[in-house]
Amino acid sequence: MSVAKPLPHDAAPLHVTGQARYVDDIPVPADCLHLAFGLSDIACGRISSIDLSAVRAAPGVVAVIAGTDLAEIPDCSPSNHDEPLLSDGAIHFLGQPVFLVAATSHLAARKAARLARITYDETSPILTIEAALAANARFEDGPRIYEKGDIDQALTRAAHVIEGQIEMGGQEHFYLEGQAALALPQEGGDMVIHSSSQHPTEIQHKVAHALHRPMNAVRVEVRRMGGGFGGKESQGNHLAIACALVADQTGRPAKMRYDRDDDFMITGKRHDFRIDYRAGVDAEGRLTGVDFTQYTRCGWAMDLSLPVADRAMLHADNAYHLPAARITSHRLRTNTQSATAYRGFGGPQGVLGIERVMDHIAELLGKDPLQIRRLNYYADMGAKPGARPDEAVEKTGAGSAHKISSGTGKAKRFGGTHSPEPMEIGQQTTPYHMPITDFLLNGLTDRLASQCNYAARRAAIADWNASQPILKKGIALTPVKFGISFTLTHLNQAGALVHVYQDGSIHMNHGGTEMGQGLFQKVAQVAADRFGVDLEHVKITATDTAKVPNTSATAASSGTDLNGMAVKDACDTIRTRIAEFLAAEHQADVAKIRFADNHVHVGDQAIPFADAAARAYLGRVSLSATGFYKTPDIEWDRIKGRGRPFFYFAQGAACSEVVIDTLTGENRILRTDILHDAGSSLNPALDIGQIEGGFVQGAGWLTTEELVWDDKGHLRTHAPSTYKIPACSDRPDIFNVALWDAPNPAKTIYRSKAVGEPPFMHGISVFSALAHAVSACGPNYPDLQAPATAEAVLAAIGRARG
Amino acid sequence: MSEEVNFLLNGQPVTITGAAPTRTFLDWLREDQRLTGTKEGCNEGDCGACTVVVSDVSHTRAMNACILFLPQLHGKSVRTVEGIAGDNTLHPVQEEMVEKHGSQCGFCTPGIVASLAAAHANGRRDFDDILAGNLCRCTGYAPIVRAAEAAADTFPPLWLESDRTALQSLIVQKTTSQGGLGDRQDEKKTTPFRPDNSDALAEWYSANPHATLIAGATDVGLWVTKQLRDLSPVAFLAGCDDLKTIEETPEGLRLGAMVNWTDAIPAIAPVHPRFGELIRRFSSVQVRNAATVGGNIANGSPIGDGPPALIALGAILHLRNGAERRDIALEDFFLDYGKQDRAPGEFVEAVTIPRQPDRLRCYKLSKRFDQDISAVCGCLSITIENGTVTAARIAYGGMAGIPKRAAHVEAALIGQPWTEASVQKAMVEYAKDFTPLTDMRASAGYRLQTAANMLLRYFHEDQGTPANVLEVRP
Repeated sequence: MSVAKPLPHDAAPLHVTGQARYVDDIPVPADCLHLAFGLSDIACGRISSIDLSAVRAAPGVVAVIAGTDLAEIPDCSPSNHDEPLLSDGAIHFLGQPVFLVAATSHLAARKAARLARITYDETSPILTIEAALAANARFEDGPRIYEKGDIDQALTRAAHVIEGQIEMGGQEHFYLEGQAALALPQEGGDMVIHSSSQHPTEIQHKVAHALHRPMNAVRVEVRRMGGGFGGKESQGNHLAIACALVADQTGRPAKMRYDRDDDFMITGKRHDFRIDYRAGVDAEGRLTGVDFTQYTRCGWAMDLSLPVADRAMLHADNAYHLPAARITSHRLRTNTQSATAYRGFGGPQGVLGIERVMDHIAELLGKDPLQIRRLNYYADMGAKPGARPDEAVEKTGAGSAHKISSGTGKAKRFGGTHSPEPMEIGQQTTPYHMPITDFLLNGLTDRLASQCNYAARRAAIADWNASQPILKKGIALTPVKFGISFTLTHLNQAGALVHVYQDGSIHMNHGGTEMGQGLFQKVAQVAADRFGVDLEHVKITATDTAKVPNTSATAASSGTDLNGMAVKDACDTIRTRIAEFLAAEHQADVAKIRFADNHVHVGDQAIPFADAAARAYLGRVSLSATGFYKTPDIEWDRIKGRGRPFFYFAQGAACSEVVIDTLTGENRILRTDILHDAGSSLNPALDIGQIEGGFVQGAGWLTTEELVWDDKGHLRTHAPSTYKIPACSDRPDIFNVALWDAPNPAKTIYRSKAVGEPPFMHGISVFSALAHAVSACGPNYPDLQAPATAEAVLAAIGRARG
Repeated sequence: MSEEVNFLLNGQPVTITGAAPTRTFLDWLREDQRLTGTKEGCNEGDCGACTVVVSDVSHTRAMNACILFLPQLHGKSVRTVEGIAGDNTLHPVQEEMVEKHGSQCGFCTPGIVASLAAAHANGRRDFDDILAGNLCRCTGYAPIVRAAEAAADTFPPLWLESDRTALQSLIVQKTTSQGGLGDRQDEKKTTPFRPDNSDALAEWYSANPHATLIAGATDVGLWVTKQLRDLSPVAFLAGCDDLKTIEETPEGLRLGAMVNWTDAIPAIAPVHPRFGELIRRFSSVQVRNAATVGGNIANGSPIGDGPPALIALGAILHLRNGAERRDIALEDFFLDYGKQDRAPGEFVEAVTIPRQPDRLRCYKLSKRFDQDISAVCGCLSITIENGTVTAARIAYGGMAGIPKRAAHVEAALIGQPWTEASVQKAMVEYAKDFTPLTDMRASAGYRLQTAANMLLRYFHEDQGTPANVLEVRP
């Protein structure tokens, strides 16, 4: 079995020796042109004059293209045809590409791009949520609203109603490899593109559109990205299109990579949000209903903002059963970079909204927030045996999860009597009316709380805080339940292409892209397992639109679920052909032929896999197959807010302890414990890597990572000198990560679960712990806002003290 | 002085002539040598993806190739990620990075391997500090530190020793040209001045007072890579060994202008441990290995971390112009934003920290603890005799257009009993001393509040009350 093994990343030996090739490392012909954009330096208005003569005259410059030079400006939008490659005269944000320089070196292009003389008729930019609401600047005709039950009545009848507001900043992806693309012109006007992209098919589609050619004239190859995190789902379009345009016009190869500052100024980031809430609770702290209003700044173009905002709505419940809910979502148009996909895709923002509500309720009632959380959880699957129709539960469900938890002692409940009554599973639905049937966070939370000694540490922290005048500590345990599937249902499909050569070596290709997550290795493990061979017989190859067409972005955590299944399908097709051939040859029962230990076992004979492949070839058996997969059981109406958008939920919980300085607001994480559900992990090492890395990235979003725009719309944090992602010492001093190792009840590839995005939300435990520490500073509700920079923490301390 | 730049690249001698003086080592590696293992992540020395290992006869150190100019490498040996492995075996840190899952996307990995290889050669195990200048967005660092720890007890590769031997001969021997010329039509080729002592520098700089002096290039590097400025004419001071001395003089501890911050730590930390701790948080290993004490002063930045500490210690600045020398109090050097008391042709030769009992505490406040520019850097030295404040030197960075003393606060303290009440009274005076700005690092109000709170923190720490989150352990 090659699955379930903690194998290193397939490219790790190449990474550590510098041999792993990224787009900018690909050798290019000597006549390659290097591109740079000239950027607008106002946020809103129109170009009144543009003089590019100095740009054209600069050393090394070969071509200069302004938007107005083009009969038709290529569109870069993944959704709405509202992103011209270069300004058509209108300026929508500070940093918008206005013209394009092609020069003989990267440096020459950058230098020339600064020599333009452009004047503008400047108008007042819309930068804030308030300004956008006032101007009714929005995408879609009005807010989207999902409703369940009678929220107004629920609030009226509640024992307590809390109201509040939380702002949460955006986040720069800060993939270490900036955006890059290379276009190589071919005979007959065809184009080959190398792109650092999570979505090769989209690059192919947009380049074909820009060149007025069919998609079959464009081939896109992606071997790997130096990080993506959603930032390379649509944001690479501009570079690929620009390169293709120049290559098409000049007949020369063209390469473009953004300088880091340009990358910050041009590309979209995580959507920042403000969430207003009114929540009703009973005397014990059980929610009767929540009314959320989510406001998000989408930036100047639509990009992926609608599904991002949808996903924020779809995660407004997180792990909690809301008897009544109304979620209103405003998608606001502002004169800033067009916000885009980022790990979690709106989910983290939605989750933070309800986690804030939980902390607020606990503060109101003077209770442990964990107790409030547990009280409001959905019920675990299997709480009512027989309530779940899916046969998978019987085979692989709660039973094995409990087996793994044995030996850890009895899980501790908090406040004992407050634990919820087991709920009728049929009753529990999300605010979008999807039944929750695979919930497991009650058991998982209890085990984590017990393992990390939550109750005793919380008590010790109370003592510590009582004795310390300057430093205060806080602790929080927060859950995540994250829906797995693209909410645009048709994207939930994948293809694969597998060849077995006559020497028994295997060539594997699929539509997923490798950005560091280890997708290729996990899928290769699947392929090796299907043929019963060791992993080294499987060649991992670059994603290529000529091998597998019409692929979806590697996004939504879906890479392994979709592509693993597609590769399995292709492998099984070939395997069946070989088995049928050998069965006929040996007069054996095809059903009894096994592929294991690098052999094909036919009756008593063990034929080396390579020999089997050779014999099948001589027997004129096709050893190449495509594979295909589409996720079953999903349907979704995003306008009505009803349906089953997700195939299943990935879940987990994290407990973080922090310390703050009440003189400056400086803070750090002392310890974090995470228990995360990756189903039956295909590769526990890679999955734990996603969890550790996701957590630190999530904690960064809510602490040190602050995007600051000035009142002209100029992003002032546009380099690592001013925008601070976590450094090595920012990870928790004690950092324990474990897998909740139980098979996925949904029929996924080897019953594993998607793991890319869900752990990001474990960072919320840090934010809640900070809120806890701040609340120890005074009697008032501190109303901590995100990101909880030292300055934000000190401000909250001030509010707590009153 | 020769126009040639000679160094060892992955064990092979390289001679470069006629290169543009401000061509970065990173561009030369990637574009001319096609050694693309070393990556460009930010092009400003903040992410560490371009880290390489640079050795001279006595030290092996990690440096950022993106803000390292070719002439700075003269006489050194460089190992890039491609040259860190042995002949047929991976370096122990490479091996453990694979085994412990220390790479995901792999783009930061070459820089991490270089930083860890340098630390390995030096027997360092303080990996949080070693890696402070290497950003990784994928792993959350935990597996990287596991890899570093697993590799720590292994033997270093043989090239460390062979490079040192080869370096000895490189310095005396003429080598054959193996490197590209590094020329680009878009870069001006002018011969840089490369003095090998401060007398030569003084003479040349008097005659070329508008030239750019390049010491560690951690600031000037960004003028080239980000501002795309033409700096010519330039002088590289790396050869001025007489400016690299650290000595005890009758007046105190004298640090030459070309002493880098890595070398300054062992001289300063024993006498002023809090200053030592400030330097530890001062940028990153790679930057401290290049950045100099003199450069940190001479660039006149209002947010450099060296000057507030030095001012609080009453440091004396030694300036030289041609044959003339003068000494001034460091605080008097900073006149106004972007303006220093430095005549054309005059340069910083050294700084002296007067001998004194250690009462210094340094508080660096930034969004991130490591490798971040201070929003506020407060350095306070308060002398108490018999329960009364007898002297106070309190200096701040980030609070004004220059590093500046809090004169009103000092005056309000001196002569008062050392009590919280006196401290609270003095805290009100901050508004008279400072009118800070709001920018992307902090608001004016936050700066003023925390600057004052740093005095309170000083008092509490002096009483033994815990007031530093970095000292709390889980």
